[in-house]
Amino acid sequence: MSTAVSTASPRAGSVTSGPRRRRLGSTGIVYLALVGILAVSAGLVAAQGGSFFSQGNLFYLLSQTSLLGFVAIGQTFVILCKSLDLSVGYVVAWSSLVAATTMAGDPSRIWLGVVAALAVAAGVGLVNGLVISKLRVNSFIATLGVGLIIKGYLDTQYKGPSGEIPKAFQGFGYTRIGPVPVSVIVLAVVMVLGVVLLTRTRPGYHMFAVGGNIDVARLSGIRTDRSIILAHVLCSLCAGVAGLLIAARFGTGNALVYTYGYDLNSIAAVVLGGTLLMGGRGSILGTIAGVLILASLDTVFNVLDVSPFFKDVLRGAIIIAAVAMYARRQIDPASSRARFRALGRSVGPGSGPDGGGPGSASPTSTTGKEATR
Amino acid sequence: MTSPTAPGGASATVAPILRLRGIGKVFFGNSVLRGIDLDVRPGEVHALVGENGAGKSTLMKIIAGVHQPDAGSMELDGAPATFASPLAAQLAGVSTVFQEFNLLPERTVAENVYLGREPRRFGIVDVRRMARDTDALLADLGLHGLASWMRVGSLSVAEQQIVEIVKAVSYDARIISMDEPTAALADQEVELLYALVQQLRDRGVAILYVSHRLKEIFDLCDTITVLKDGDLVLTTATADITPDRLVRTMVGREFAGYYPDKDPGTVPGAVKLALSDAGNTQVDGIDLEVRAGEIVALAGLQGSGRTEIAHGVFGVAPFTRGTVLLDGEPVTVASAREAVRLGIALVTEDRKAEGLALEQSISANARLVLDAVTPRSSDRRARAIPGILSSLDLVSRSKDAEVQYLSGGNQQKVVLAKWLVTDPSVIVLDEPTRGIDVGAKRAVYDLMRTLTARGVAILLISSELPEVVAMADRILVMRDGRLAGELPAGSDEEAVMALATGAGDTSEHVEVDLSALDVPVGSTVRPPRPAHSDTLQEEK
Repeated sequence: MSTAVSTASPRAGSVTSGPRRRRLGSTGIVYLALVGILAVSAGLVAAQGGSFFSQGNLFYLLSQTSLLGFVAIGQTFVILCKSLDLSVGYVVAWSSLVAATTMAGDPSRIWLGVVAALAVAAGVGLVNGLVISKLRVNSFIATLGVGLIIKGYLDTQYKGPSGEIPKAFQGFGYTRIGPVPVSVIVLAVVMVLGVVLLTRTRPGYHMFAVGGNIDVARLSGIRTDRSIILAHVLCSLCAGVAGLLIAARFGTGNALVYTYGYDLNSIAAVVLGGTLLMGGRGSILGTIAGVLILASLDTVFNVLDVSPFFKDVLRGAIIIAAVAMYARRQIDPASSRARFRALGRSVGPGSGPDGGGPGSASPTSTTGKEATR
Repeated sequence: MTSPTAPGGASATVAPILRLRGIGKVFFGNSVLRGIDLDVRPGEVHALVGENGAGKSTLMKIIAGVHQPDAGSMELDGAPATFASPLAAQLAGVSTVFQEFNLLPERTVAENVYLGREPRRFGIVDVRRMARDTDALLADLGLHGLASWMRVGSLSVAEQQIVEIVKAVSYDARIISMDEPTAALADQEVELLYALVQQLRDRGVAILYVSHRLKEIFDLCDTITVLKDGDLVLTTATADITPDRLVRTMVGREFAGYYPDKDPGTVPGAVKLALSDAGNTQVDGIDLEVRAGEIVALAGLQGSGRTEIAHGVFGVAPFTRGTVLLDGEPVTVASAREAVRLGIALVTEDRKAEGLALEQSISANARLVLDAVTPRSSDRRARAIPGILSSLDLVSRSKDAEVQYLSGGNQQKVVLAKWLVTDPSVIVLDEPTRGIDVGAKRAVYDLMRTLTARGVAILLISSELPEVVAMADRILVMRDGRLAGELPAGSDEEAVMALATGAGDTSEHVEVDLSALDVPVGSTVRPPRPAHSDTLQEEK
């Protein structure tokens, strides 16, 4: 009996480091979808005699990406924690107003404006996080409520555009380095920071744990409230950066920015990017792909001059189709069947602890199963 | 009653790591544990047995730091110890593997093992070290089939359990308690666990082992402690007690045969349910018949397609090929709803996830199917529920109690009541006695006999071979999504196992020979692992 562990396993050990380790993860799928959509878009535009990849179109695509990108990166943190933030649109609007009114056209007050806008945003995130983790209010309701409060404040306080962004800071909205807008470079920096946070730091690891199973996280000694609060602060900060960017583009702050739909669009981008709405799995790279997909759709609709109403119909249909596709992949019976076969065949009455593990399963089973769920 | 006697074996002379004295616990005025004295010694596998409700889980949770005792004291290495939280217990070297896994399915093995204490370098998680340490730990335990990068959700239940144990070992646990670790495992997976448990014991880890399966208690454990109604009634060396006496001590009454005999008046009647060449993506070429008054068992390894047949019959994952005959009439069962209408019932494998609305009351759960499928007559038909519940000996203070607070055995009785009230003529039982105590098991067996006497056809899916052999009129054995063969009532367990694993197949032996060749890393040739029995023989 005591020989069981040592006898049956070494064979399987030799294949675990094999080629199946390189599998197409869900992020890979999302980028495939992006490439597909870009190809189709290019084809459609070419059929009308245009070029999808013209300088103008690319610039439009990238500037669309950067605005939603900041908000969606933030949204990724909270959704990973099995939370949600519906107040981001109001945070974007509020921080644009705070920036514009604080700077008031004075170049020397740029930094003050930036700091003030981000501080307001972080404050909102802190409130969201505290209400959700300490008062145990469902995130949907909590952020909806906080969003409404901000909306009421903005509607009474700011009638029409307010404040003025100095020329120097408007560069954040318009300047390019080569073909690349500065805002996209800032987005890339934020993205890298986010990726490092999630994949290389304890707070990031703990966000996955909190979203995956909060009881498991708590039993492992993770201070789950902190993870949730941190995610919400980061989310609002990202929305604050988006607010700065929009203020720079408009040259002023505007409350009506909250009607642009950043809340639901950012959630759509995150989900399109393969992050589970139920938390615990996802990535920022996936979210960026989701944003690029939405931005490509916008661009191609613009170029093809699709009516704005039909645009929304198409966008909604594509989002549903994509998420339905992910869901199908999760319950694909063929992949689990392959695994069963491998298990049933390879395990004797008490083989080694490797019984049916991915290391010993047939190649199809691992790729199929691991990419799902 | 009996004072804890010195456990047998070499461990008797060793000082205990954990010493409990007079532990008591009161819940809402109910005393659930009284005066428990327990010594756990290094290198000992200590079984904790008793019927559900005897207090085993509470005692485990006290040791794990989930509950704090209301009376008595705990000593760890001779020093008084209190565990304020599971984490505190774990850091002190006392780890617990609960039935509900504390794992994150979306994360890798390494991320799970080091959850909450990821190694860092300059504030950045040292992913490489985490992987290296996990792989070293796995290798050290001889678990070559698992690797640090594998996603836990892609592992089998047995492997996930092993990851839990590895996590415990990574905390340098000196006591690992396991709450029914084999409850969700098929027989061949149990062996994996045995091997690991024995290896840990040989390293001087103390194992506290809660189980309902007598066989594994006698195979694995050095010492047995019996709890009954919150009292410790016996601590003995395994060698000093027989299974019969242990069962008597646990239930406190004579057990006239563990399995009820078939009433000689029950003879199989007309064919109730027949599958002919049925198949879908999961199973293929299934031919089977179940007659009225007959119990047909579906045996086989986990994942061999037994549950998939149940799902096919019940319309959850319908068959796409072949024919299904009910009372000789061809039927298409495309949904569970149709199955219920046709008089088919399915008692699912996972009663918590698929059988019960845990936050609802006993009566609400018992009415679930009636309300959903026959809403107009459900009030009238639901009047039968109290009678059914009492015939099942459901022990509960109130019919309004939420089922999540019932013991496993009582939960299963609620599931059975839910189906019995629909008056089915075909019942598929998927692992009906998993994780329930002996008393409730007996009730399930009695019920099966009663139902067949009334002419109900029963398809029994079970991983417990003694149950299969004792209860079934015929045994069908599955392998790889197909029927591997049929055995008559009373066949021995080895014959079932041989069919289930294909141990008798010559082709399998060829594969075993192949696997003896060394295959270099990254090679495209992936030989199947040898069947365990063969390997052992080679070793001998």
